[in-house]
Amino acid sequence: MPRERVYRTEAVVLRRSDWSEADRLLTLLTPGGKRRVVAKGARKTISRLAGHIELFCYTTMLLAVGRTFDIVTQSAVRQSYERLRGDLQRISAAYYTAELIDRLIGEDDENPLTFELLVETLGALDSTRAIDLTLRYFELRLLGNIGYRPRLHNCANCQQTLGEDAKRFSTTAGGVLCPRCENADRRALPMSLGAFKLLRYLQTQSAQAVEQMTLSESLRHEVEQLLRAYLRQVLERDLKSVAFLDDVRTDPQGDHHGLH
Amino acid sequence: MSYSNENQLLVEPVAKLIEQFGRLPGVGPKTASRLTFFLLRAPEEQTKALSEALAGLREGVRFCRRCFNIAVDELCVYCASPNREQRLICVVEEPLDVLAIERTGSYRGVYHVLHGRIAPLEGMNREDIYFDELIERVRNEPTEEVIIATNPNTEGQATAFYIQRALAPLGVRATQLARGLPTGGDLEWADPATLGSALEGRREF
Repeated sequence: MPRERVYRTEAVVLRRSDWSEADRLLTLLTPGGKRRVVAKGARKTISRLAGHIELFCYTTMLLAVGRTFDIVTQSAVRQSYERLRGDLQRISAAYYTAELIDRLIGEDDENPLTFELLVETLGALDSTRAIDLTLRYFELRLLGNIGYRPRLHNCANCQQTLGEDAKRFSTTAGGVLCPRCENADRRALPMSLGAFKLLRYLQTQSAQAVEQMTLSESLRHEVEQLLRAYLRQVLERDLKSVAFLDDVRTDPQGDHHGLH
Repeated sequence: MSYSNENQLLVEPVAKLIEQFGRLPGVGPKTASRLTFFLLRAPEEQTKALSEALAGLREGVRFCRRCFNIAVDELCVYCASPNREQRLICVVEEPLDVLAIERTGSYRGVYHVLHGRIAPLEGMNREDIYFDELIERVRNEPTEEVIIATNPNTEGQATAFYIQRALAPLGVRATQLARGLPTGGDLEWADPATLGSALEGRREF
């Protein structure tokens, strides 16, 4: 795709690392895919850019085409998700979404739907009461966007329409198995009817729908574990941010609001 | 890489030094050769002083056993000083941050250097920094206040929350550096987050 020397794009900052003396290397998600760019001088306190390229910020950027990496010339924050930043659990959830996207979306891999999904999810994480369900919604949608949509309405093995008697989730087949196909994958995970219904619901409803739900802790945990197992299958590795996500959730204090 | 081929054209000691310089952060191949050739022409005392300084770095420097700042003795200068308020601990990410705070000239307490921050995406978790050591220290030493001075960005903030959460049950006062506008800055160019916290933290004249 031929590009102008300077171009404008919307972007969300997924990762940041130090680069050279005072620069930062950013990994962005843009509607045009993932992109690695350099922000010059952004580590200096007086940098005009610094506050506009913070992790998880949704921005409009002006980028200049560079030799190895494009260079950020301007950045203006559209959403900075302040509430998310003030809460350890929400931050850990945002880390998780960023890592999933970083792993699953390739460089210059055009995917405007996933960009919209990320912006929507960060917005939801900023305000939701149900952080975990928002993440489940995100996982299901992201998997769908990249062609790994879990099969929840037809058997992942024989395509038969699934009824309420389905009890197995196969990570290798990529979805739920009907009772007759249960032996197709011996390692298929057991799944309760409640979990099955919740997965279906999250796959088809909007992000706001999770706000009204009251669900048992065990059901939430079961669905989380099912999707985690499936993601591990897709990624062929563990995610680094999962340990942190689990760590900050088991809070001895029951206090999720940092210093203020 | 064409560059390493180029290095083979040089005599070994020169190529070796270029390679070593090239491993330093922020130094590319061109800078590495410029430094090397500068030293090649420099007076002998200068190169000798440099090599002695390098050798001394490994031998003479270690981490303070209490705060993990760089030190010559078992305790760093701040931990060993009788003039320092030992019940006031300022938590920073890197030894360089200690210098930055010292430069203000207005801090009289001691430090704790984490040597990093919690950044799950970079593979940095609590066990990769001196976090447990800090909690242990606060538990065992009479401490009045812990000032959390991690960097004012998302990772630093997450680390600050994480520390605060662990300190809460210990009944120690935990504070955080204020956030606001830099001296010499321009309101027009301030980002909303910084300007917001500057407004929140405004002071009576």
